[in-house]
Amino acid sequence: MKLDEFFVTGEPLIYAGMVSIVLVSSAVIFLLTYFKRWGWLWREWLTTVDHKKIGIMYILSALAMLFRGGMDALMMRVQLAFPDMNFLNAQHYDEIFTTHGTVMIIFMAMPFLIGLMNIIVPLQIGARDFAFPFVNALSFWSFFFGAMLFNISFVIGGSPDAGWTSYTPLAGAAMSPGPGQNFYLMGLQLSGIGTLATGINLMVTILKMRAPGMKMFQMPIFTWSTLVTCFIIVFAFPILTVALALMTIDRIFGAQFFTLTGEGLPMMWANLFWMWGHPEVYIVILPAFGIFSEVIATFARKRLFGYNAMVWSMILIAGLSFLVWVHHFFTMGAGAFVNSVFSVSTMLIAVPTGVKIFNWLATLYKSKIEFTTPMMWALAFIPSFVIGGVTGVMLGMAAADYQFHNSYFLIAHFHYVLIAGTVFACFAGLEYWYPKMFGHKLNERFGKLSFWLFVIGFHVTFFPQYFVGLDGMPRRVFTIIPEWMPLNVISTVGAFGMGLGFAVFCYNIYYSYRNSKREETGDSWNGRTLEWATPTPVPFYNFATVPHVDKYDAFLAMKEKGETTYDEDKLEPIHMPSYTGKPIIMMAILAFASFALVFEWITLAVIGLIGTLIMMVIRSFDYDEGYHVEVEEIKRIERKARRL
Amino acid sequence: MAEHSKRFPVQHIIGFVLSIVLTLLAAWAALGSDLPVKWIITGIMTLAVIQAGIQLFMFMHMTERESGGGHVPWNMMFHGFVLAAIIVAGSLFTMSFGFTHDHEDGGNHQQEEKHEEQSGH
Amino acid sequence: MSAHELKSGPLEYRTQEGQMSILGFWIFLAAEIVLFSTLFATYAVLFGRTADAPAPGELFEIETVLIMTFLLLISSFTCGIAVHNMRKGAVKAFITWMVITLLLGLGFLGFEIYEFVHYAHEGATLQSAAYWSAFFTLAGTHGLHVTLGIGWATMILIQVAKRGFTPMTSRKGFIISLYWHFLDVVWIFIFTSVYLIGMVV
Repeated sequence: MKLDEFFVTGEPLIYAGMVSIVLVSSAVIFLLTYFKRWGWLWREWLTTVDHKKIGIMYILSALAMLFRGGMDALMMRVQLAFPDMNFLNAQHYDEIFTTHGTVMIIFMAMPFLIGLMNIIVPLQIGARDFAFPFVNALSFWSFFFGAMLFNISFVIGGSPDAGWTSYTPLAGAAMSPGPGQNFYLMGLQLSGIGTLATGINLMVTILKMRAPGMKMFQMPIFTWSTLVTCFIIVFAFPILTVALALMTIDRIFGAQFFTLTGEGLPMMWANLFWMWGHPEVYIVILPAFGIFSEVIATFARKRLFGYNAMVWSMILIAGLSFLVWVHHFFTMGAGAFVNSVFSVSTMLIAVPTGVKIFNWLATLYKSKIEFTTPMMWALAFIPSFVIGGVTGVMLGMAAADYQFHNSYFLIAHFHYVLIAGTVFACFAGLEYWYPKMFGHKLNERFGKLSFWLFVIGFHVTFFPQYFVGLDGMPRRVFTIIPEWMPLNVISTVGAFGMGLGFAVFCYNIYYSYRNSKREETGDSWNGRTLEWATPTPVPFYNFATVPHVDKYDAFLAMKEKGETTYDEDKLEPIHMPSYTGKPIIMMAILAFASFALVFEWITLAVIGLIGTLIMMVIRSFDYDEGYHVEVEEIKRIERKARRL
Repeated sequence: MAEHSKRFPVQHIIGFVLSIVLTLLAAWAALGSDLPVKWIITGIMTLAVIQAGIQLFMFMHMTERESGGGHVPWNMMFHGFVLAAIIVAGSLFTMSFGFTHDHEDGGNHQQEEKHEEQSGH
Repeated sequence: MSAHELKSGPLEYRTQEGQMSILGFWIFLAAEIVLFSTLFATYAVLFGRTADAPAPGELFEIETVLIMTFLLLISSFTCGIAVHNMRKGAVKAFITWMVITLLLGLGFLGFEIYEFVHYAHEGATLQSAAYWSAFFTLAGTHGLHVTLGIGWATMILIQVAKRGFTPMTSRKGFIISLYWHFLDVVWIFIFTSVYLIGMVV
């Protein structure tokens, strides 16, 4: 392979990307060397098994991915603002909408939420870490390398360009030769391993490591949403694993699953993809529901209305999520009977979702609302999400879907649910738990500025798209006709508003780091659940003494009784897992194997896989059982943290 | 359930004999009997499910006391099999339009066969 | 931690780590069920799509398939006996029965490789038609699981031989037994829905 085939050439924008990658990496390397921080980076972060640090790394990566996906979005909006724009050519446009979708769902939404789960769930249930801290680190690195592998495609080898759904036969070897589509397959496969492992890990953590006395129906609602989400992950992700593997075998080893030759069946890909893909959208929305429930209960200063109904509606949504996948391809021609069945099951999902909306409204009803930034996100979520949900029911009607399908109406619908649901929740959750993570709040003034810019920008961007969609504008076109221009210009303006909102949000992180008042207690918002019972910053073992829980809203009950998580008489040595470099090394080797497979260098890929197996053998013989934190050490840390 | 204290693994031997018998029964039903194809498929799939149950309950200690009465394992296995049914039956249902395809021996014949295959799952 | 420790019962359940690992493995097995059922679904949908390659009924031989099935069934039984011995604390008996299990597994793999090579000679390969792609992937994924299981079990046997039964080694022994039995469950369905139905229809 020649060098100019290996690197992507001929695109000024991509050259600019290459230059900025080189500049940023050299700057990072320079800073780390100059301040002699390599050892610190390795010891404190790269080898960590602490769920809080892993969570922070997840969120930082997700923010970087949000930036990348956002840049893709802005470039698309610029191209679509006017007819006959020459900002991007057709090929480049195809690559960008493909990476935008994939990055936002797989490498932004999920890791952001998994990051929040990482930090908060053990704290909410009174656990000291995950059930399997080693596996947790492994999961993070598999996601991280998967994301890197996918992102490197735009400078090396070329980006995938068959859409984030990668429908065959377009995505097959015959019509998309070259490494681009392989990046999609291997990047998702690699990060999928981590997602499945996290799902199992969190399930066991929640089932087996709750504080003594805490029953399932006394768990905080975010923990419940995590448990239900993990259940979906465990049952949905293997489907993606298989689908990706089958396409990989098709492309690299010449099998005939989704091909047009050898009696292959390209539509089977759509079937498998959406059998995972529909549960996937609930994987990213249920934790969002959990976050909003926590935020609304905290700032309405009321117990969440209808806790049991909330839990059961989530379980019902999880069950139904496996029964509706065909609504993503009603127009494929499966026939009236098949479409009718899935049309009905789709509309059924609106019922439990409606239950949740009414419960949030009932929680707010007659309460004294505190308008903090996280609460504003939650309040903006309810009406925006309802718009997205109602248009979703419209799309769910199979006959009508023949009109809406593949138009901007659909684009507007899923951005209304994914942004107003998931992205708002990410911002709300990050701002809500920020003091627990970093020891200071985010500035409220900048927070509200970024909120208004983002929310107004969001509606300005996507509301017109419903109408331009009804006017007949199809998705995935790189140029528009003059009739669609006015609404598209509005959309583009709104998109820059959202971009500005995100910029202000990032500036706010820096500003608050410099200027915000440091937290003195662990209880920043007068919270109700156990995560606020720990001091801030949270000691690495989380709880010096684990409280006995016998009620929902456990911390509220503790505050009434005057209990804390530090009872000097009950202190015992705490068992903690040791940090280890094995997860990052193992996943780096696997990433190397995946990279080799992308370019179909089979020998190198086999060497990488053997290396991974050797790492697994080394791990199998590893009997490191961690260490104990002595009572005196705990006393010292707690006294300092609690200013006793 | 105090099976591990027993000297002789009775349960394992019963399970083993049963699985051998069921396998032979399935092979005979498929190849030696004159039953209609639809009945054969239904029958041998039922036998397979029974055999899976033997492995889970008699060999894998799914419901032993120490695993919390097997509450979670049972739950996971149950939902796993429900999902398996949804995935296999749902795929066949959704993709059923694809069953008529060009073949030398004509489409009609093929379609009939596939119908039986579908009801087997 | 200490509150969760048990004084009696099988060693593998005595520590909380042990209980959690076993529970986590059950959840993993549920994911494996979904993984294999997706392969079964693909196989079922692509059934009959043999293009120019031979039909399965022409190639499947009941003798080979029955031998493979019995090898796995017997290995599942011997694996169960091994765990029975593990719970009695008999290190040597455990290792012996496990070695028998793995040898049977190797025998199974030998027949599977012979079978695949034979089909390839007859013109049915991964590339020849959609049906055969699905067949080789489904059976091959199971075979790959068996291969990995043999390697994994070998590691655990070395550890048991070195350390005897501790909560950690017996936990590992128990989990590999779950894995092995599970592979038998998958094979039962491959035997029934791939081979038997393939020969009937």
